[in-house]
Amino acid sequence: MPVIHVTDRAGNKTDLNANSGESLMENLTANGYDDIEAICGGGCACATCHVYIDGDWAGKLPTRDVDEEDLVSGEGSYDEARSRLSCQIEVTDALEGMTITLAPEG
Amino acid sequence: MSEKVLIIGAGHAGGILATQLARGKGRYDITVIGEETHPPYERPPLSKQLLAGEVPVEKTHLRPEKFYQDRDITLKLSSRVKAIYRTEKAVELEDGTTMSYDKLALCTGTRVREIPVPGADLPGVHYIRTIDDTLGIQNALKPESDVVVIGGGYIGLEAAAVLVKQGHRVKVIEMLDRVLARSVAEPVSRFYEKCHREAGVEILLNTGTDRFEGDGRVERVIDGDGNAHAADAVIVGIGVIPNVELAMECGLECNDGILVDEFARTDDPDIFAAGDCTNHPNALLDRHLRLESVQNAVDQARCIANVLLDKPVPYAEVPWFWSDQYDLKLQMAGIPGPDDQVVVRGDMDSRSFSVFYLKLGRVTAVNAINSGSDYVRGRKWIAEGVTVVPSRLADTDIPIKEV
Repeated sequence: MPVIHVTDRAGNKTDLNANSGESLMENLTANGYDDIEAICGGGCACATCHVYIDGDWAGKLPTRDVDEEDLVSGEGSYDEARSRLSCQIEVTDALEGMTITLAPEG
Repeated sequence: MSEKVLIIGAGHAGGILATQLARGKGRYDITVIGEETHPPYERPPLSKQLLAGEVPVEKTHLRPEKFYQDRDITLKLSSRVKAIYRTEKAVELEDGTTMSYDKLALCTGTRVREIPVPGADLPGVHYIRTIDDTLGIQNALKPESDVVVIGGGYIGLEAAAVLVKQGHRVKVIEMLDRVLARSVAEPVSRFYEKCHREAGVEILLNTGTDRFEGDGRVERVIDGDGNAHAADAVIVGIGVIPNVELAMECGLECNDGILVDEFARTDDPDIFAAGDCTNHPNALLDRHLRLESVQNAVDQARCIANVLLDKPVPYAEVPWFWSDQYDLKLQMAGIPGPDDQVVVRGDMDSRSFSVFYLKLGRVTAVNAINSGSDYVRGRKWIAEGVTVVPSRLADTDIPIKEV
């Protein structure tokens, strides 16, 4: 159960007690982070679960594959260094203490 | 005192509306009435991952049930609304209970179109609309069964892809001269026919269905030419019908769907509607339309929530859809017109290409197969009304961003 620090779109900071083995998106939606829509249900077919990985955590995650890259880079709020689709990140115990920000729409 | 919002329908639209409305933190007393036993869930996996047995049922739920409890959202499941009384601002359930509302949202979705042929009610004839439908197919199929799919649309083809991979013998019977004829251009149809045939699916085109036969359960399909096809199970996917009856019976305007405006309002100021059951205007497309899609269900539900939370934003989104079959990720945006110019970009044999639809050079739609960057660009072009030069679009030496 790693703790992930989340800043939502309104700037509220909360701690998410995440379940390892599930995606970051699933953890966010199950815990009431309603900024995350995840319309396609985690199929990497939309970009409605876009988050920023803060600090040097971005470099510690497995890199974006081509599908994720195509989708997330089409977002107006895309940040090359920090943007990820949270459905493509599997939560593991190694993510203890990771800090993320829910990306604005568009 | 918080206002009462009743949401009829616990599908994708109803679920998202409740979720989004709960952000008003106590402003609304929210009840979702659904006829199934399940909390709101995603339907796309029903013909894909759930049918394949790759995910448990709970994974299809939009949110865990606890989510609704934590937000005081009442899920009234296994319940069906019988009538809406607009003057009294109340609905009556089939068990006779009445519930009053301040605001009502119709998220009634669609139901499957049933096939009107003899034998259609035999056990072993299935449809795919609900979790229980999909579980029913899984339970009914023994290894290496003969499965006949009626209808070469998305549901039928997705199910065929899953079932042939599981070792079943699968035939698809399509009445028209190509699969997916209603939504994509011919090159895309032919590509999918080829991929299915290579995977071992038999596809019969220009073929009607005359009847289903069997002793106590379905054993064969007799097609329109009189040929018999062995069938341990039949899966019918021939489209859906919008559930507009409740709206019509209480006098709301309907025309191929419940008529709503760009704020998802019906002609009754206290009644909204969202999702597959609505016929709505879209300023981006400059027309009214009814869509069968997750995107529309979610975006219209959000539109209602925004209106009720005093942040109204008119609904005008580029429609988008997706379909997963085998290793093929099909992403679609926009609505192609029947006379649009069709431009193929890329090599179909590589299983990564896209098809663009142009009206006087302006991009109206894109179908991208394993080609996310073309999809993303196409969707942007549609939203912005961009005009492109067909020869440049077809030239893969020119990067998509520079077309």
